[in-house]
Amino acid sequence: MSESQADNIILGFDNVSISFGAVTALTQVSFEVPEHEVVAIIGPNGAGKTTALNVINGVYQPTQGTITYKGEVRQGMRPHQAAVQGIARTFQNVALFKGMNTVDNIMTGRNLKMKSNLLMQGLYWGPAQREEIAHRQAVEKIIDFLEIESVRKTIVGRLPFGLQKRVELGRALAAEPDMLLLDEPMAGMNLEEKEDMCRFILDVNEELGTTIVLIEHDMSVVMDISDRVIVLEYGRKISEGKPDAVRNDQRVIDAYLGVPH
Amino acid sequence: MHVELAFFIEVLVAGLLSGVMYSLVALGFVLIFKASGVFNFAQGAMVLFAALTFVRILEMGVNFWLAVAIALAVMIVLAIIIERVMLRPLVAQPVIILFMATIGLNYFLEGLAQGIWDSQVHGLDIGIPDVPWMWLLESTNILISLFDVWSAVICGVLVLFLAFFFQKGRIGRALRAVADDNQAAMSVGIPLQLIWAIVWATAGMVALVAGMIWGQRLGVQFSISLIALKALPVLILGGFNSIAGAIIGGLIIGASEKVAEVYLGPIIGGGIESWVAYFIAMLFLIARPQGLFGEKIIERV
Repeated sequence: MSESQADNIILGFDNVSISFGAVTALTQVSFEVPEHEVVAIIGPNGAGKTTALNVINGVYQPTQGTITYKGEVRQGMRPHQAAVQGIARTFQNVALFKGMNTVDNIMTGRNLKMKSNLLMQGLYWGPAQREEIAHRQAVEKIIDFLEIESVRKTIVGRLPFGLQKRVELGRALAAEPDMLLLDEPMAGMNLEEKEDMCRFILDVNEELGTTIVLIEHDMSVVMDISDRVIVLEYGRKISEGKPDAVRNDQRVIDAYLGVPH
Repeated sequence: MHVELAFFIEVLVAGLLSGVMYSLVALGFVLIFKASGVFNFAQGAMVLFAALTFVRILEMGVNFWLAVAIALAVMIVLAIIIERVMLRPLVAQPVIILFMATIGLNYFLEGLAQGIWDSQVHGLDIGIPDVPWMWLLESTNILISLFDVWSAVICGVLVLFLAFFFQKGRIGRALRAVADDNQAAMSVGIPLQLIWAIVWATAGMVALVAGMIWGQRLGVQFSISLIALKALPVLILGGFNSIAGAIIGGLIIGASEKVAEVYLGPIIGGGIESWVAYFIAMLFLIARPQGLFGEKIIERV
């Protein structure tokens, strides 16, 4: 992305700490996410990556520090409010609605876009029905984009893991988010599936301008697709910068390979 | 009409009509199961609570419809309190924890209902006479109680309305989403708390209607909470998460109960009515554990 766009900060962490009882998951973490960028959060297991995502998403409230989103300091946010404000996400272990088919799963992502009132919805009547059809068209576009036409009516519990991850991405995209949080989008995928997923993520970023924050363990993927990398270790930020700079940072190398004693 | 045939139809229809009333009780379970994956052990206590509240308000000399409105309001407030106090702290906990909580709720509600009101037997007359339907009796010689017909009509309308309301479009999808995965539902912007409050309030409303109808039949008293047991075989037959299943299951159980009692009863000694439903449920558990219309359970290994 060009430098001029990078000046607009969509999300800022300022000295954010969070602890669960005696365990501190994040310690004074500060970083900024510029609009329209792809930002990767990396780090060894237990570094606090998913916790960071959960804080952005409103699942956890920080014990200390402030979070600024779209220029406003947030307080006591819940996940569905985060969704209202344009944050969509996927989960590490895939949290799809397993009993529903692909179309219905992605349709739930349109939930906030639907406006007709409760009674009309209930009676599935007039405007509500037209609205349903309009949203269904939007969902079909996403299905085409993600190349999952063939499993449109399949119950997602039956799909292989790689496809489930794709459907989950589709559900997040259906909300037309400003910011997309992806928790290990390539976990458990083979090379071909990973390449597809990279392509989808980059397309979303480039065509829709969606800001993307992702957690990933596959370093080649991270180095390929991110504009910026944040490295966490034991809940602290140890490095941040362009992929190349982070790759050569001695502290990062130590964190991953260990330090000789 | 042939006497034997007329008698058979009489038995069958009486069975089907009481089956609709089972459906109504089962529906209360299905609604909550669909929205949280939890078998609500307290549904019977909710029926008792609703019926007792209604009958006591009525006894104070309040107008019938006003009493209905007040009882309904009480059930809605109760649902909101349950959501705040019991469900909200248990978000994203295993289903078994929620189930345990409903067992606690069951005893709490039973005690609360009888503590606030009393534990006497209260007669209830909701204005539908329990007399034979004369027109039908004269024209076809089939004896069916007008009360059964009316209560079946009321239940039928309610069941159809709820089936439609909770199965189509956005609300139905939101419900299923919440039941499937709390976390994911919140992440797509479904207000979990609101959905739960709506569902429990609706289950409270269903409990009130069930309590009123069964209350006239049995009198409003503690044992009315036991009709929840009658809903169990209906649920096993129809599937815990299917509204259509609750309807069809209720009809099958009601009809087979009565028919078995009349035709099989004399052969194997009578009193079948009280257990035949459970026997059918057991056969279903062996052959088709998800019920007639339940979602098939998919387990990845």
